Amino acid sequence: MDFSVNQQALAYLASAVLFILGLKGLTHPATARRGNLYGMLGMLIAVVATLLGREVQSYGFIIAGLAGGAVIGSIVAMRIQMTAMPQLVAALHSFVGLAAVLVGIGTFFHKASAGLLNPVLMGEISAGVVIGAITFTGSVIAFGKLQGLLSGAPVKFTGQHLLNALIGLATIALAVHFAMTGSLWSLFLMTILALVIGVTLIIPIGGADMPVIISMLNSYSGWAAAATGFTLHNNLLIIVGALVGCSGAILSFIMCKAMNRSIINVVFGGFGSDGGSADSAGAQAAEKGVKSAAVEDAVYWMEDAGKVIIVPGYGMAVAQAQHALKEMMELLNARGVEVKFAIHPVAGRMPGHMNVLLAEADIPYDQVLEMDEINSEFPGTDVVLVVGANDVVNPAAKEDPTSPIYGMPILEAGKARQVYFLKRSMRPGYSGVDNLLFYQDNTYLVFGDAKDTIEGMNTALKGGGH
Amino acid sequence: MPEALDPSLVALYVFVLACFIGYWVIWGVTPSLHTPLVALTNAISGIVLVGAMLVAGDPEAGVLVQLIGFLAVLLASINVFGGFLVTHRMLSMFKKKK
Repeated sequence: MDFSVNQQALAYLASAVLFILGLKGLTHPATARRGNLYGMLGMLIAVVATLLGREVQSYGFIIAGLAGGAVIGSIVAMRIQMTAMPQLVAALHSFVGLAAVLVGIGTFFHKASAGLLNPVLMGEISAGVVIGAITFTGSVIAFGKLQGLLSGAPVKFTGQHLLNALIGLATIALAVHFAMTGSLWSLFLMTILALVIGVTLIIPIGGADMPVIISMLNSYSGWAAAATGFTLHNNLLIIVGALVGCSGAILSFIMCKAMNRSIINVVFGGFGSDGGSADSAGAQAAEKGVKSAAVEDAVYWMEDAGKVIIVPGYGMAVAQAQHALKEMMELLNARGVEVKFAIHPVAGRMPGHMNVLLAEADIPYDQVLEMDEINSEFPGTDVVLVVGANDVVNPAAKEDPTSPIYGMPILEAGKARQVYFLKRSMRPGYSGVDNLLFYQDNTYLVFGDAKDTIEGMNTALKGGGH
Repeated sequence: MPEALDPSLVALYVFVLACFIGYWVIWGVTPSLHTPLVALTNAISGIVLVGAMLVAGDPEAGVLVQLIGFLAVLLASINVFGGFLVTHRMLSMFKKKK
């Protein structure tokens, strides 16, 4: 059976609607899984409609590619650790980017052999190839930074912005030349320069801005798909590309707002480093006039508390402490203590990262609250436990106009009766800014690995008090 | 016969309107599901698979072009399968208090 162009367009419309409903499903955790199923169904319809269309005449390469992708994709998706989601996402973004480049170049040869080239088409091919290439190498660099293959520190040198601007202009010039003449050389040079831009655009961005990088590349991958849609005059690709592009752009906006920085500042700012040395945590702490506390002190106050709020950060993920926290929540609940989790929008390495890690540990999502929902609750809270977070609770953001993080919205943990900070060392947070909360009278630092410390607290809680 | 609309202009219409839909739908997504959102958008941006199949599926374009298409199909379908499955895995973890 062959689908006519019109039948195919109707099928594509159905799958576009399913994708929109799928994203809409993520409005609430209760409808989210159904949303994902809508997405899968939409994709199935799109693939089948394409295969049945008249343009697809041979199936060998397609089936081989689909089968390979199914095996690799499924294995990776099933094996990946939740802490490594940012890396997986970066890798998948790079695949979309590279696929868009290949489709653009392939379409050029395809149309050239059929004698169907024209300047508008070649302009559209250029857009798809350039955006795809930037997405590809940008995501590879992001993957390297997340996986620790590359340093998380921003790479900066003099004349960097000028160099970027020059490469950008040269790429545009080549794209115009290619669109006018169809020169193969221009196409290849343009592709190579766009690949370079992807690298130079991401290396100056520091590790602290990973949530923004991930969101930005998510957006780029969408625009790459949309540009491919223009090339192929395929409305489904255009719609999906626009949806994904918007999604990434909105996430970038939310992340930037949560850090009180503009996207320009993130892209060109080069903020954050790998942090300093980590020698003798206790001695440094005493020098700076902060109080450290033992596990038992924290437990003593928590077991009789009315309410405990836990603030997790990326350090929790590194220490894999989420399962120990779940046990702590149960132990405290059994004693009649109310336990909630407070999430800052930029906690972790990608938007919503903490929520997934807590969900993985079986912590119910209705006990995990966002910053705006929970900030009013801190003054009535007995104990706040900060696990591997730092900048997101730093009062300097509110009190010190000279601080680089001034103006950033924070979790107001310092307003609770007592704050226990689980820390490995006195090393400052990602921003490199000293945390004023450490010096507050009601703050105590508990040094050690987050997971070991929490497991120690759990043992003490099981021991049945003092 | 009236003058026909340029197909690129039709595409632009679709694009702009889809951006508006995206804007409103995405702002409705709950922040706790932002990671699954990124994974799901990743999966559906694997829709470039459609373009890849068109490149891989035309024998008249030559084997080289089909090979380029094959590679694109492979990459895009890793995205599709990997993206949807990992989203499913994550979403199954989100549970309400018993």
